[in-house]
Amino acid sequence: MLKKRIVATLIIKDRRVVQSIGFNKYLPVGRADISAEFLNKWGIDEIVLLDIDATAQDKKPDIDLITQVSKKSLAPLTVGGGIKSVGEIRKLIRYGADKVSINKEAIKNPNIIREASKIFGSQCIVVSIDVKKIKGGYEVYSDSGRVPTGLNPIEWAKEVERLGAGEILLNSIDKDGLKSGYDIKIIKEITGAVSIPVIALGGAGHPKHFLEVLEEGDAMAAAAGNFFHFTEHSPITVKAYLFKKNIDVRIDTYADYEGTSFIEGSGRIKKRPEDYLNKLRFEYISDEII
Amino acid sequence: MKNYKILIIDYGVGNDQSITNALSCLGYKFLISNRKEDILDADVYILPGVGAFNEAMKNLNNLGIIDLLKEQILVKKKPILGICLGFQILADSSEENGFHKGLGLVEGRVVRIKERGGLRIPHVGWNTIKIERKDPLFLKVNKDASFYFDHSYHFLCDKKYISSECFYGQNIVSSIQKDNIFGVQFHPEKSQNNGLKLFRSFFIYIGINKDA
Repeated sequence: MLKKRIVATLIIKDRRVVQSIGFNKYLPVGRADISAEFLNKWGIDEIVLLDIDATAQDKKPDIDLITQVSKKSLAPLTVGGGIKSVGEIRKLIRYGADKVSINKEAIKNPNIIREASKIFGSQCIVVSIDVKKIKGGYEVYSDSGRVPTGLNPIEWAKEVERLGAGEILLNSIDKDGLKSGYDIKIIKEITGAVSIPVIALGGAGHPKHFLEVLEEGDAMAAAAGNFFHFTEHSPITVKAYLFKKNIDVRIDTYADYEGTSFIEGSGRIKKRPEDYLNKLRFEYISDEII
Repeated sequence: MKNYKILIIDYGVGNDQSITNALSCLGYKFLISNRKEDILDADVYILPGVGAFNEAMKNLNNLGIIDLLKEQILVKKKPILGICLGFQILADSSEENGFHKGLGLVEGRVVRIKERGGLRIPHVGWNTIKIERKDPLFLKVNKDASFYFDHSYHFLCDKKYISSECFYGQNIVSSIQKDNIFGVQFHPEKSQNNGLKLFRSFFIYIGINKDA
């Protein structure tokens, strides 16, 4: 069976990974390649790298950075930010990306979705949609949440599917960085409206939020940024939690965190009994030789 | 031991860097090229691919390397591993973006995954494969291993070539072998340790040690 994906997003500003809060406050985290290396070790299912400077400053995608990150990740890498042409997509795929994510250009020139999916196949083209709550509903915003587009998220999601997008990365501007859970309402509306997979992003702060978005929201993948940067081993602990709740996730890492429980507020793992930890001290794990 | 030359065929629709990362991780040396002399010189081929079928065939045609490549594989019996789109173009034809002819190295055709019962297409993510028979590709791979898939079309062929399948609303061929021709629908270069194990199995089978 196809497993639900746990996806990490790396938001890039000034070539560094940042923590994003409400699409307007950014705190530095560190180097993207190091983040990718750790996430890969912790068995992440996919990494989405979004360069928010590229679009804002009208720059082309930073190929060097993407190659560096890809060298540290043997999990699929989706790259977004500053993509305006088929030529750039070709270059990105050649130099380390496995899929590309298009946001602003898709709104400005929807034809790029059709053109790109004809050449690279739908499965390679992710359209990223940033939504914000407005009076009486939701609206699609562009330019990292600064510019209202007048587009209705549901209509826009259907349109990108019709044009050939293979996946939708749905990000909630209101929920970004709040750690209070995903915006299940809009996620559910969009997953119900399209038949391509939806990756939900924005608001994860506890393993239970992942469960909500995968079950109630019907997302095929749950993505998070901050949660994975600031909570130890979180890709595995989240998966351990979901596995216990009968969600089919992939646990290929040596550590499986079976029997782990979580602190209610922070989503960090609870301390295990002393004797259990003592036993672990003498456990030797050798590297797997392939 | 013979000095084996691994060639990644560069035809404009490959995720070359991702394949490079995986093979480098395992310590193999290889060449990425589409020059005729390199194709002649190589002992084993990797045919990567992220893209649409007709685009891939158009690029191969424009490079003028199809006949040469087929001769190396069918007459000289050099091994080839096709990955994702590189696997699909081994078939006779595909219906992606209209009818298109493939390389015709393995009797089969590529059709769209049937959308039934609310199935979301493309089939993207990690899926468990069922190994149908003992196959060199899975020498070091555990049974029930999961791999990363990302495709909307799938390969139909005779059962005798199928070495593994996965399930997504229907059975989907996840790997094939026909003599020296190997193909995988998933992306071993993006499937973490399971993918590395598959590459290792493939190269061990054809007799390449890592310092080759």
